[in-house]
Amino acid sequence: MLLILLIFIPLLTALLAVFTKSGARQIIQVASFVNLALTIVLYTSSAKLGDNLTMVNIPWIQSFGINFHLQADGISLVLLLLTNLLMPFIMWSAASHNYKNENIFYALIAFMQSGLVGVFAAKDAFLFYVFYEVALIPIFFICAFWGGKDRIRITMKFFIYTLAGSLFMLMAIIYLYLQTPGTHSFDMAAFYGLSLSSTEQTFIFWAFFIAFAVKIPIVPFHTWQAETYAVAPAAGTMLLSGIMLKMGLYGIIRFIIPVVPEALNYWQTWVLTLTVSGVVYGAIIAIRQDDIKALFAYSSLSHVGLIASGLFSANAQGFQGAVLQMFNHGISVTAFFWMADIIEQRTGTRMISELSGIATRSRQLAIVFMIMMLGAIGIPLTNGFVGEFLLLFSVFKVSIIAGAIAATTIILGATYMLRMYRNIFYGTADTTHPFSTFNKREAISMYVMAALVLILGIYPSLITSVSSDAASGLLQLFNPAYSVR
Amino acid sequence: MFTQLIWLVPLIPFIGFVINGLGFGKFSKSTVPIIGTGSIALSFILTVIAFFEYNAAPQSHTVTLFDWIVAGNMHIGFSFLVDALTLNMMLIVTGIGLAIHIYSAGYMHDDEGFGKFFAYLNLFIFSMLILVMGSNYVMMYIGWEGVGICSYLLIGFWYKNKDYTAAGNKAFIMNRIGDFGFLLGIYLIYTNFGSVEYSDVFSRASFYSTGDGVIVAITLLLFVGAMGKSAQIPLYTWLPDAMAGPTPVSALIHAATMVTAGVYMIVRSNVLYSLSPITLSVVLAVGVITALWSALIALTQNDIKKVLAYSTVSQLGYMFAAIGVQAYSTAMFHVTTHAFFKALLFLGAGSVIHAMSGEQNMRLMGNLRKKLPLTYRTMLIATLAISGFPFLSGFFSKDEILLNVWSNSPFMAILLALTAVLTAIYMFRLLFMTFYGQFRGTHEQEHHLHESPKVMTYPLIVLAVLSVIGGALGLPHIFGVPHFLDHFLRPIYAMNPRLIGHDPSMTAEILVWIFSIATIAIVGHFTYRAFALTAVDKHINIEKKSIWYKLSYQKFYVDEFYDKVIVKPILFLSDGFAKWIDRFFIDGVVNGSGQLAMLFSSIVRQAQTGNIGFYVIVMVAGIALTVFIVVFKFFVI
Repeated sequence: MLLILLIFIPLLTALLAVFTKSGARQIIQVASFVNLALTIVLYTSSAKLGDNLTMVNIPWIQSFGINFHLQADGISLVLLLLTNLLMPFIMWSAASHNYKNENIFYALIAFMQSGLVGVFAAKDAFLFYVFYEVALIPIFFICAFWGGKDRIRITMKFFIYTLAGSLFMLMAIIYLYLQTPGTHSFDMAAFYGLSLSSTEQTFIFWAFFIAFAVKIPIVPFHTWQAETYAVAPAAGTMLLSGIMLKMGLYGIIRFIIPVVPEALNYWQTWVLTLTVSGVVYGAIIAIRQDDIKALFAYSSLSHVGLIASGLFSANAQGFQGAVLQMFNHGISVTAFFWMADIIEQRTGTRMISELSGIATRSRQLAIVFMIMMLGAIGIPLTNGFVGEFLLLFSVFKVSIIAGAIAATTIILGATYMLRMYRNIFYGTADTTHPFSTFNKREAISMYVMAALVLILGIYPSLITSVSSDAASGLLQLFNPAYSVR
Repeated sequence: MFTQLIWLVPLIPFIGFVINGLGFGKFSKSTVPIIGTGSIALSFILTVIAFFEYNAAPQSHTVTLFDWIVAGNMHIGFSFLVDALTLNMMLIVTGIGLAIHIYSAGYMHDDEGFGKFFAYLNLFIFSMLILVMGSNYVMMYIGWEGVGICSYLLIGFWYKNKDYTAAGNKAFIMNRIGDFGFLLGIYLIYTNFGSVEYSDVFSRASFYSTGDGVIVAITLLLFVGAMGKSAQIPLYTWLPDAMAGPTPVSALIHAATMVTAGVYMIVRSNVLYSLSPITLSVVLAVGVITALWSALIALTQNDIKKVLAYSTVSQLGYMFAAIGVQAYSTAMFHVTTHAFFKALLFLGAGSVIHAMSGEQNMRLMGNLRKKLPLTYRTMLIATLAISGFPFLSGFFSKDEILLNVWSNSPFMAILLALTAVLTAIYMFRLLFMTFYGQFRGTHEQEHHLHESPKVMTYPLIVLAVLSVIGGALGLPHIFGVPHFLDHFLRPIYAMNPRLIGHDPSMTAEILVWIFSIATIAIVGHFTYRAFALTAVDKHINIEKKSIWYKLSYQKFYVDEFYDKVIVKPILFLSDGFAKWIDRFFIDGVVNGSGQLAMLFSSIVRQAQTGNIGFYVIVMVAGIALTVFIVVFKFFVI
């Protein structure tokens, strides 16, 4: 019941907003807080609430064995919390822009929210696919209508790219469906029980891999990313990087690991090579980026490459680290892209070489940016550390060499982050433009996110204890011989 | 009893950090140091209580606060260990820390970032305490990175100066290279020992034989971390640059405490290191070469803080040399005495810089002993202590190192003895250039010369006293009393059966004494003539100097070398990846396939009827066909 609400509250407010000119933003904003409150209730007491409130399973298209099956295990809960926590912030971030056709803009964001919630809660593969695509459509319009220069070309590339990727997933899902016994079923649990030949596993594995690799993105399927992040309006970039790419990582958790474990085992070296080189590759490119948004895009490429590496390492530390780091990454990129937007709004540029001395202009911004940076480069007692520690360890466990290569991210990450921070915040200030500090919306959001960076760094169990059962369940599906390891 | 509350010791400075951090800009200049210094004073008092409690019943305690990292069967606790080694470090950190906090109240008083400074300083003490008090390697890593960040923040404290912030970046990134090794070392420890708790690791180390590959790898990786933090070759070049930070920071972080973390780490892991003779040889070699190398550079530097920075690198080299011959207590002894006299030297230099209105070039100083008598006297004591003047603290600790290394490798001992001579030279050069001869600064500076306020000179006096009597912690055999520090630290070697005790002969000891005394006498004589009696040039023409002088003056061009060999190639790679692989190659393929599709579409465009129903049918049919082909293929196979 709760999960249905989480999907339909944004959906209905989106519809409402389409038809109301004024006050649309406020309605959607309020709805986003309601959603957040409900999610917190769900997150903190899902075990106590019982299946009646937390699970939905209604026949949908019976003839094809498709059910409207929603259920949230620990991993889903973390991602649901992330989605519904970031949404109010992302909407707030757009408030200062006064976009044209504001009601449509916010309706699209809310529409996307339902799609994302659906993805993270679906237990039916078909339903998952539908939500997966539903989440794509609004962001396409957001980028195409409210984006920057050259937006149509870039958005088309992005759209075709991810849609092409999704087709591989659809193919794989349909194939799996046809393998299910009896009258066939799209239920994920049915997929998990399949025994597939190794050839089948290989094909399904790569089909899913390509689909998710585009979305995450994993090198070399990433070239849409930096451009799209740069051209999208700030809120769009936050949606894409903060939440949407988690769909790809989540897909690995729901499909690749439990459905085709043998193929993962077989191809592990290959995919780890890709993801780990992505970690280093993204970080090295980030060092020389001048556009703050492009820098964060490549930095994000590096970070999610590590999350994917942890998942493909397929051990307890990798799963737990990945779930934790997905949450952390969501918070930090959202804050970073927002701050990039704040800087651009105040100074008219987001080119690092044109900025200087902002620490003297806005101490608050400098402090929050610093905390976020410490999290991003994995300083202990910030959230980034525990995630990175577990992920690097998970890779290290599979291969010492791969672990060592991935671990160079702690050097490279510090290099590009500190370089950027120094150029933007240190030095003498350009005082020709006025530079106002945070407004109320910005201040609240930034302080909450900065506080989360520290709280989760000191007490990561707030996330890991929720996801631990689901993670060990996943490990069991991957290899029943594994106990908790 | 009290030990259960030991977490208060780091917590109080943390609270100090939070209060001063949140109140920055709101608190008055008298409130800030009360909070900042008061918190350290409290920590110091608690540490002293803990010390006495431990001394009454020497038993180590582990205090676990909560499970910090949990994943699968991995459990890493947020926990503290109180034992002799920890207490040794805690006393240095809070004790010297307190003196430097008090000093800072005077030194930084007119700085606009006064509150921020104390906040950072408290955060540093917190991190450093976590580093030395953790009961496992990951806890040590928390502190390790934490002090790195504080160091970065404090080096770039005057952030409007881009050179200073560049030095901060350099320090942090170079430290991160070390941390990279440390982190991999931790992983290797965990995968092999199944735990990162010291007690587990050291007790399970007995399953490994001497020279085991795993242990060699672990110890070398940890040592990479130590090289970064403790500025050893090849990762030392950040420390001289770190002098961009305010002088109390140089004294506290870059001389007395943080940079000795590497020594602490290895002494803590003595069980592992004693199992790996190869690593010990590496540590010995790196230590000795670093000591000599940086002493050579220190000879010609003109910036008073740069001389002290290279001196620190050199002295750290001594400590690693001691570790290399398994003289762990000796290394800790030198850590302790060095903390006294090096902190004093830096604070004294700060007092000089303060008096000289910010001037750091010794060629523009001179004859300051009249105007700054207290600073002069304490600096003199520190100089004598570091040069090994008989019965001062540095005398005992350095001689102990020389003797220990001698019994292991006479060649290395000779290099260290040579370094001791160089140390005396550059230290006396510093002293005479600064305090003797003619005043070479501007009239304004001369007019403005003054002794520092009491809040700054009292810490100097305390440290001077410690520099004099610090040697009592480790009196040599000759005196017929037990070596206090070695005795105190004994329990940390309980699980190390391979430790060989050194028992230097009376003759050797006396020879080293004679050597020390002769060095000071001869070096003192010649440097006095060269830098006190002869007029010192205000500016030197480096072109006219010998190649050796140039090499030393230009720091052997190591920075330039790193720039060419490491920095430039990485930047080149960064551009290359973005331009060639990303935009040209991958995007070329992507766009190429797009164009291919366009080509097809122009053919297929005939099918564009505008009828949506038709499209849907085609789409479904297409998907079905794809599926069919795939399925068919599988069935055939």
